[in-house]
Amino acid sequence: MNTTDINYSKTGKSRPPPANTVGLIGWVRTNLFNGLLNTCLTFISCYLLWLIIPPLLDWAIFNADFTGNVGRECTTDGACWAWLDQRIEQFLYGFYPAGSYWRVNLAILLLFPALAYVLFENLPFSNYGRWYSLAYPFLAAFLLVGGFGLEGITTDKFGGFMLNLVAGLSGIIFSLPIGILLALGRRSKLPAVRLLSVTFIEFIRGVPLITLLFVAIIILQLFLPPNVSVDQLVRVMIMITLFASAYMAEVIRGGLQAIPNGQYEAAQAMGLGYWQSMRLIILPQALKISIPGIVNTFIGLFKDTTLVIIIGLFDILGQARVLQTNPDWMGKVDHETYLLAAIFFFVICFSISRYSINLEKRLDTNRD
Amino acid sequence: MAEPKTSKSNVDQNVIEITALNKWFGNFHVLQDINLTVSQGEKIIICGPSGSGKSTLIRCINRLEEHQEGKVVVNGTELSHDLKDIDAVRSEVGMVFQSFNLFPHLTALDNCTLALIWVRKTPKADAEALAMEYLERVKIPEQAHKYPGQLSGGQQQRVAIARSLCMNPKIMLFDEPTSALDPEMIKEVLDTMIELAETGMTMLCVTHEMGFAKTIADRVIFMDEGRIVEENEPEKFFANPEHERTKLFLSQILAH
Repeated sequence: MNTTDINYSKTGKSRPPPANTVGLIGWVRTNLFNGLLNTCLTFISCYLLWLIIPPLLDWAIFNADFTGNVGRECTTDGACWAWLDQRIEQFLYGFYPAGSYWRVNLAILLLFPALAYVLFENLPFSNYGRWYSLAYPFLAAFLLVGGFGLEGITTDKFGGFMLNLVAGLSGIIFSLPIGILLALGRRSKLPAVRLLSVTFIEFIRGVPLITLLFVAIIILQLFLPPNVSVDQLVRVMIMITLFASAYMAEVIRGGLQAIPNGQYEAAQAMGLGYWQSMRLIILPQALKISIPGIVNTFIGLFKDTTLVIIIGLFDILGQARVLQTNPDWMGKVDHETYLLAAIFFFVICFSISRYSINLEKRLDTNRD
Repeated sequence: MAEPKTSKSNVDQNVIEITALNKWFGNFHVLQDINLTVSQGEKIIICGPSGSGKSTLIRCINRLEEHQEGKVVVNGTELSHDLKDIDAVRSEVGMVFQSFNLFPHLTALDNCTLALIWVRKTPKADAEALAMEYLERVKIPEQAHKYPGQLSGGQQQRVAIARSLCMNPKIMLFDEPTSALDPEMIKEVLDTMIELAETGMTMLCVTHEMGFAKTIADRVIFMDEGRIVEENEPEKFFANPEHERTKLFLSQILAH
């Protein structure tokens, strides 16, 4: 009865594949030299890499200056990295008090287990871990801002890459749930909920993020009573989050539309309520389909945090500008500072991207 | 079908009462003045050409479709806009779909335990034990930890039957359960359904498997253009159908 159990091995002995189709040689043959066009492309690529990489390494490392107190002391024609020694802390922490750097470092250190419990399964103590992950944003806020016995540090001291991380991570954490609610709202049967969601999404998507940031910083203050003031960084975080969640909503709506009607019907027929069927059946599938789009939005959001420079916050690019216009270093560090910022962003964004590929593989239930 | 005929059930209690049911899709009058009473343990086969409203009819029984006129009473509960009543009915009525509709992100076992855990609030271990029992009944306990995408169509449909049975329903609805299957797999699903019929389950089944209908049916209903055209015991229905439309339909599906 079970046709898959029929044993075919009696019809012939299975042999290992030919040696030139497996291993390194097999890989090179199938990926680099299969056919004339591919072989040509391989050689052209190698030539281009040879043109680019050695001079880049020469400039960035071998001919670079690593010591000195001012730009004039960088005399070689390579990169000038001498500023790293004095200025790297500003790049990372902005104007955060030097004596409290440990609080930022601790917050980043504590982020890793919090992320791990959200991102990976089968970790020890995962029941408590999930609660820890939920509590992390509050813990991080307490560490960074202070209060409750810890010395208070106002958010206008935040800067450098830490500012990008704070704004980016808060956006990532909050935009996903808000985006999910908006996507569900847009597909709701209740006209009021639907209208509200559509209006919000279309309005936010139709306006540039910079405009929203200006609204948050300048115009909002005109409408608030004079004695009420919302923290500037909080306003920025809210705007970035709302901006990303409008995009997120549309990405997730695409995923929701890909779920066949039969899934809703099966869930209904089993007696599951709306929220139950969404949480247990529809969203796990819809979010899985939407992973590439969600990650796209996350990465875009994280890079958009550099726009805060326009409204006068000194993120990592702001710090680069500060150094570039500093008389001691002027004209010497333009490329170097941007390169450093690029490396920071690349490391984070590339990690997000790799993780999402890993996640897609893990969630693929059609594997045999 | 070589299986022996199941004993015809005793007529004691009506579990489904449909009176003067009318339903429209837009302007299309899909169900017209349907009256149908099903008693406990009865097996009813519904057949008819496509678009005749047979699927819509059984979907009205668990309110996957809303009716506009008439009364549908299931297990003493009348279906209305009251969500509580709908939930009450749905927990008593199992449904098996043409396209299986298993949840692809869950294993066969998790598909079966889901409603037990979240609707019935059964503890996980008990739910899994019960689910394994039903997976054994449909003869695929060894596939419990596989995902639907790794199972054949017939296996998926048997998981879907086990999933419905886990909720211990009083009525089972089958909406063309074998139409999406390869010929080789139809038999394994029909065998499962025949075994289920032998347990005394009340079953309404939309199908064109006429051999199967002869084996288990207490009554065969023929629908065309939204109406019940003919309704009879299988022997009489197949041997001498009364209406011309039924004769035509039977001659077409029994021709080969």
